[in-house]
Amino acid sequence: MAEEKVKTAKAKKVADPQKASMDPATQQMILRAQELGVETVFDRAETMKPCNIGIQGTCCKNCAMGPCRLPMPKTGIEGQDERKGLCGATANTIAARNFSRMVAAGAAAHSDHGRTVAEVFLSVARKETEDYKIKDPIKLMAIAPHFGVKTTVEVDGEEKDRDIDEVAVEVAEKALAEWGKPEGELTYLKRAPKPLYERWKKLGELPRNIDREVVDIMHRTHMGVDQDYKNIVKQCTRAALADGWGGSMIATDLQDVMFGTPYPLQSEANMGVMKADHVNIIIHGHEPVLSEMIVAASQMPEMIDYAKEKGAKGIQLGGICCTGNEILQRHGVPPAGTFLQQELAIVTGACDAMVVDVQCVFQNLANVAKCFHTKLITTHPMAKMEQENVHHIEFDEHHALDDAKRIVKMAIDNFNNREAEVMIPNIKSTQIAGFGVESIEYHLGGTFRGSYYTLNDNIINGRIRGIAGVVGCNNARTRHNEAHIKLVKELIKNDVIVLTTGCNGIACGMEGLLTPETAAVYCGPGLAEVCETVGIPPVLHLGSCVDNSRILLAATEVVKAGGLGKDIQDLPAAGAAPEWMSEKAISIGQYFVASGVYTLFGVNLPVEGAPVFKDYLFNGCEKIYGGKWDLVADPIEMAHKMIAHIDTKRKELGIDKARERVLMDMADRQKLESA
Amino acid sequence: MSKLVAFAAIQGGYNIISTVEGEYKKALETYDASTKVGFPNTAYYLPVIYSLLGHKVETLEDIKKPLEFARGLLPPHVKGSNHLPYLGPLLDAGMAALLAFEIKEALRYLNEPDFYFHSEDPDTDAGKIWLGAADDTVFRKRGVEFVDGSAPGFAAIVGAAPDPETAKMIVEDYQRRSLYIFLAAGHNGTSVAEQLLAADVQIGWNTRIVPFGPYISSAIFALGFANRAAMAFGGVQPGDHKKMLLYNKERIFAFVNALGDVGTEWGAAAAGCVNWGFPTLADTDIPEVLPTGICTYEHVVANVSHEEMCQKSVEVRGLKVTVSEIEIPCSFGPAYEGERVRGADLYAQCGGGKTQCTELVKMAEMNEIEDGKVIVDGPDIDKLKEGDTFPMGIYVQIAGREFQSDFEPILERQIHHLINYIQGIMHIGQRDISWVRISKAAIEKGFTLKDIGVVLHAKFHQDFQKIVDKVQVTLITDKKKVADLTKRARGEYKMRDERVEKMTDEDVETFYSCTLCQSFAPTHVCTVSPERTGLCGAYNWMDCKASFEINPTGPNQPIEKGDCLDTKLGRFKGVDEFIQKASRGAINTYNFYSMVHDPMTTCGCCECIAAMLPSCNGVMTVNREFAGETPCGMKFTTLAGVMGGGASSPGFVGHSKFNITQRKFISGDGGLLRMVWMPKMLKEEIKERLDRRGEELGVKNFSDMIADETVATTEDEVLAYLQEKGHPALDMDPLIG
Repeated sequence: MAEEKVKTAKAKKVADPQKASMDPATQQMILRAQELGVETVFDRAETMKPCNIGIQGTCCKNCAMGPCRLPMPKTGIEGQDERKGLCGATANTIAARNFSRMVAAGAAAHSDHGRTVAEVFLSVARKETEDYKIKDPIKLMAIAPHFGVKTTVEVDGEEKDRDIDEVAVEVAEKALAEWGKPEGELTYLKRAPKPLYERWKKLGELPRNIDREVVDIMHRTHMGVDQDYKNIVKQCTRAALADGWGGSMIATDLQDVMFGTPYPLQSEANMGVMKADHVNIIIHGHEPVLSEMIVAASQMPEMIDYAKEKGAKGIQLGGICCTGNEILQRHGVPPAGTFLQQELAIVTGACDAMVVDVQCVFQNLANVAKCFHTKLITTHPMAKMEQENVHHIEFDEHHALDDAKRIVKMAIDNFNNREAEVMIPNIKSTQIAGFGVESIEYHLGGTFRGSYYTLNDNIINGRIRGIAGVVGCNNARTRHNEAHIKLVKELIKNDVIVLTTGCNGIACGMEGLLTPETAAVYCGPGLAEVCETVGIPPVLHLGSCVDNSRILLAATEVVKAGGLGKDIQDLPAAGAAPEWMSEKAISIGQYFVASGVYTLFGVNLPVEGAPVFKDYLFNGCEKIYGGKWDLVADPIEMAHKMIAHIDTKRKELGIDKARERVLMDMADRQKLESA
Repeated sequence: MSKLVAFAAIQGGYNIISTVEGEYKKALETYDASTKVGFPNTAYYLPVIYSLLGHKVETLEDIKKPLEFARGLLPPHVKGSNHLPYLGPLLDAGMAALLAFEIKEALRYLNEPDFYFHSEDPDTDAGKIWLGAADDTVFRKRGVEFVDGSAPGFAAIVGAAPDPETAKMIVEDYQRRSLYIFLAAGHNGTSVAEQLLAADVQIGWNTRIVPFGPYISSAIFALGFANRAAMAFGGVQPGDHKKMLLYNKERIFAFVNALGDVGTEWGAAAAGCVNWGFPTLADTDIPEVLPTGICTYEHVVANVSHEEMCQKSVEVRGLKVTVSEIEIPCSFGPAYEGERVRGADLYAQCGGGKTQCTELVKMAEMNEIEDGKVIVDGPDIDKLKEGDTFPMGIYVQIAGREFQSDFEPILERQIHHLINYIQGIMHIGQRDISWVRISKAAIEKGFTLKDIGVVLHAKFHQDFQKIVDKVQVTLITDKKKVADLTKRARGEYKMRDERVEKMTDEDVETFYSCTLCQSFAPTHVCTVSPERTGLCGAYNWMDCKASFEINPTGPNQPIEKGDCLDTKLGRFKGVDEFIQKASRGAINTYNFYSMVHDPMTTCGCCECIAAMLPSCNGVMTVNREFAGETPCGMKFTTLAGVMGGGASSPGFVGHSKFNITQRKFISGDGGLLRMVWMPKMLKEEIKERLDRRGEELGVKNFSDMIADETVATTEDEVLAYLQEKGHPALDMDPLIG
C-alpha cells in the first residue's frame, strides 16, 4: 500500500516545452496540452526511455530461441569479440540483419505507396475513373521512353505523335510490372549516370523487381540464412535502389503526371495557418491520391457554401508530414506542422477533421482526438486504428471525389461541435516551395537557356561551395527541429546550397528559411549572390520523402550538365538526415550511399553494438559505392564534416582554386569541339 | 540587384508586347492578312524567329503565331517580397521582347518601305543614315570575316555618348580591335550614329560601324545577323533554339553597351540578349548581375567609364583581341579596310589610270638588305599640293632562311589590305594596276609615304614570322624609276602566272586541307589542289602550302593524295581517309571534279554555287553578290541555305570564281562547256578567262553562249537561248545517266 501511495504522490513527468522543441508554436502547444492534461509524444519521451540494447542494433528476435541480446560491454571489447546468439550469430550478423529489415520496411513503405499511385494511374489510363486526369502530358511523354514506351508512331513513313491514351496505358502497365516482373532489372536504373549504373551492374546489385528485393531481405534474415554482413549489405543496396530508383521514383513521376509537376509557389508554414473561424481539415500521412481529391472537394463552391451555412468563413486545409508536402508542392496548401506536431494540431481545438492515410501516423492521435471534437478519419485499407472513436472511410480511386466530399462534409458538420477553447498559436512563416528537377532547370535559364549548367558554373567559380541534401523526419529523442535548422543554417552560411524534402522541408519553412529574402541574412556572400540572381531561397523544397528521388535526378542532371565529374560521387555534395526516426530513412540513406553520396545521420544509428559492421558502413562502403554512412549528433559538427567532404571533392575536381578568366582568341575558338 | 532588373525588364516585356500587338492589329486592319512581310533579300525570313522557333514568317498572317508565343512567354510580375524565382522569367520576358521587336521591325518595313536605306553605306547627304536589316549578300560577305577571324565579334551599342568625341573614342577603340559596331536607339535626342557623323567618322558596313536604326527595336538586326551566321556557317538547324543560343555563346563574341538611361524596354532587350550569352555593360548606375552561368562571365556590369568601355567589354565577354601597335600617326586595323576616300576628302593619289602605281615583292639575300629600312626614293607627300597625283612603286624585299620565291605573290597580295588598314588611306587593285588615295584627314595627322613602309615591315614580320627574317621597303616616286620597276615587275608577273597556270593536280603529291572555317562550321573540310582553289576564293594551293610552312599546326594541313581511285571524277584514297577523320565520320568520300557524283562539301562561305539545269543538259552558277532569281529556282542565299553547313549535296557544289576557268572545273561532268547560265556581273568579271579557256576547248566567244539574267531566268528560257546560240552543252552526253 505504501508503495502505491508514493506513486500517486509523484506527479507524472512531463516535457519541458523549451527543451522539447525550438519552435515557439510547438512550445506553446505543448504547454497547452499539458494544461489540458493531454499527453503528447514529448511527454512520453520523458517517461519512456529507448531500449538500451535495441539502440545498439544487437538484439535478435528472429527466432523463438531468443530474443538474444548482445549488448556492447561497458568496457568495450578487448581481443576477440566472443558475443554470440544461441545459433552463433555474431553481433555483426544481428546488427546487419536488423539494419536490412529496416531497409526492407522502408523500401516497402515507399514502394507500396508507389504501387498505389501506379494502380490509380492504370485506372486513369484505362479511363476507369473520372476523378483523376493526366494533368502533365509533357511529363508523361518524358518518362515514357524510360519504360521503353514509344511516344511516336510511323504513319505512312511519317513520324507522328502517338495517341496519349495509348502511351498512358502502356506506361501504366510497364510501371506496375516493375513490382513483380519475373526477369530483367528495373528500367529506371539506366537514368543514373552511366558509370554509376555500370558500377551496380559490376557489383551484381541491380534490383530485379521491387517486391522481390524486399522479400529477399525477409528471407535472408530469417533464422539461419545469410550470416555474412557484407552479403547482407549487398542486398540492402538492391532493396534500397529498388526504392530510390524504383518505387519512389515511379511514385514521384506518376504523381506528377496525374497531379501536375510542381512549380514554385508561395505558401506558409506552421500551426498558425489554421484559422479559428474556418473549418480546419488537417491532412496527414504520405499518399497524395486521396488528398488531391480533398483539395479539389474543399475548393468546390458547394462545399464552401455549405461551410458558410454552418457559420464558418471557409475551409482551411493544412498538411502534416509528406501528404502535406505533396499538396504544398502542387497546390500551395500550407503545412501546419512536422511529424512531431501531429497531436498538437488537434490540441488547438480547431481541428474539425484530421484525415490520415499511411506512415508516420501516431496511434495516440485517437487518444488526443477523444479529448476534443476532432474527427479522426483513417482512409487506407492497410492503416486502421483499434480505438473506437476513429472513423474509417476507405479510399477507392473509382469514386475518390465522392469519398473526399464525404470527408469534407463530415468536417464541416463537425465545425459547430467545437468544445474546448480554441487556441491556435499565432505563429507562421511565409515560404516559397514547389521546386523540382524540371522547375529548377527552368529557373536556371528560362525556356531557352534553362540548364543545370548555370548551377555548375557557379559551383565551379566558387560562389557556391557545394550541394547538400538535407532530409528526413523529426525524432522526439532530440530537441524538435533544432538539428535541422542549425545544420541548414551552418551549411548556407558556408555557401552550400541545400535541397530539402520531408519534415526538414517543413522545419525550414517554419523557420522562414524557404524565402528568397533569407539568402541575404543567413548565406555566405557567394551563395547569397547566386540566390539573388536567380531569385531563389538558399534552401529549395523538393517535396515529400518519396521525392528524394528528385534529389537523385537533380544530382544526375548536375553530372550531365558537365564540369563536375562524371558520376554522382564526383560531385561536391553530401546528404544528411539529422533528426531521422523512420525505417524509410534507413532505406533512403542506403540508396544515397549506394548512389555515391556521403550520407550523415543524426540522433543515433543501430550499429554501435557491432563495431565491425559499423566500420563497414562508415568506411568500407566508400570503396565500393563512392558514398558512405556517418553518424554525427551535433548539427554544427555534421555541417563541417559535410563541408570538409565537399572541399575534398572540389580539390579532386581541381576547382578548389579561384577560376581564371579565360580570354579566347581565334585559335582557341577553332579548337572548340562541334557544338 | 537582379530583382530590380527582373522587375523592370518584365514590365518592359509587357509594354513591348502590348505595343506590338496593337501595331499588328492595326496592320491587319490596313492590309490583307496574306500581305507579304519580311526583311529585304534574305532566305531566313524573320531570322530570329525563324532560327529559334523554326517558324517562317512570310505574310502578315504568319506573324500571329510567334506573337502569341511571345505573349505566352511573359511571366507574372515580380512581387516586392517573398517573390518567386525570377531568372528564368526574366530571360523569357527578354526573349518575348526581342521576338516582338523583330515583328515590330517587319511591320515597319511594311508600313514604311523606305524608312531604312537598303545599302552597305548610308547616304548622309540625303539624311538616310539608318541601314536596317543586313541582307544576305552583306551578311554572307561579312559573316565570312567572323568565320576566318578577321572580325572577332561585335559590339552592339545602344543610346548615345555624352558627346560626339566620346562616341568616336569608344567606337574607334572597337575598330582598332577589329570588332564590328552595331548601332541602334538613341538617348537625349541623339544617337551614336549621329554623333559619329558629327565627328566626321565614316559609318557603314565598310568601316564596320553599322547604323541599324534609331529605335531600340532596331537592335534586333544584330541578333538576326548573329543567328544567320549560326545557321549558314554553323549548320545549326532552324528551331533548334538551344543549340542556336549556345553556338552564339561559345562562338560569336558579341556584347551590348548601353549608353544613357536604361529604361524598362532597354532592360528587356538586355535580358533578351543574355539568352545569347551576350552581356550588357552600361555607363550608368544600373543594378548589376555578376554571377556567371548564362553568359560566360558577368551578365550586367554598370558604371563603366567611357575610357574603359571597350577594354572592360571584351574582358567581360571573354574575348582576346590583339591590337596592332604600329608606329604610324594614323589608326590601323581591319576595320578601316572598307573605308573610302571620297573626292571631297582626297588630298593626293597615285595610280588609278592617272599615274602608274606598281607593287612588287621579291626575295633577297640576307646580307643584301637591312631589316626595317624604308627608303623613299623621290619626293615624299610633303612636296605635294592638295589634289596632286604622283607615280609610285612599292618594292618590298624580303629575306629569310625559310623564305621561298613561291611566297612572293602571297606576300605581295597582302599589300592591298595592309595599306587599306591605315585609317584615311584607300587602296584598290594590285600589281601594276594599283591605286592609292590619301585623305586630308591622314595628312592632317602627319601621314607620309614612309608610313606605308613601316606598316608593311611590321605586318610582314607579325603575320609571317616563320618565313620572314628581314624586310626592306622602297617607295619610289620618281617617274622614270617607277617605269623601270613596272617593266621588271611585269616580267615577274608573267613568269609567276605561267608557273601557276601550268601546275596540275597530277604534278603534286600533296594537297592541302583548309579548316579555317571550323570555328564556325565544325564539320566542314575543304581540300585544295592546284586545279581546285578553295571555294571561298581566298586560298589557292600555293597559299595553303605557304600557310602550312608558316604555321605547321594551323588550319592548312598537307594531305598525301595517295592512289587516284577515279581519274575522271577525281577521287583520291589519301583524301578520303583524311576527310573521314576530319569530318568525324560524317563524310566518307568526295570527288574533286564532279558536282553530280559525291561533290565536295560546302560551307557557307563559298563565292559561287553551281547547280544542275537538267533540261538544258548543263549547269548554272551564281555568285554571292547576285541577289536575283536564278533558273534553278533558288537565289544564291537559298542555295547556300540548302547545301551549306558542311554537307555533300549531289547536283550542287560550292566553288570559287577563279575555279570556273581552271581546267579541272567539273571535268568529270564534262567541264566548263557545261556552263549554260551565270549572272551577267560574274560573266563580265571573268570574261577574258572564260573566252580563253573556251578557246582551249575549241569554242570561240564562249562567254557569249552563256545565258544570263538579261535573257533568261527560267530553264526554258535558258534552253531557248542555248539553242539559238548553238551552245556545246546541248550536244554533250546526258548530264545524269
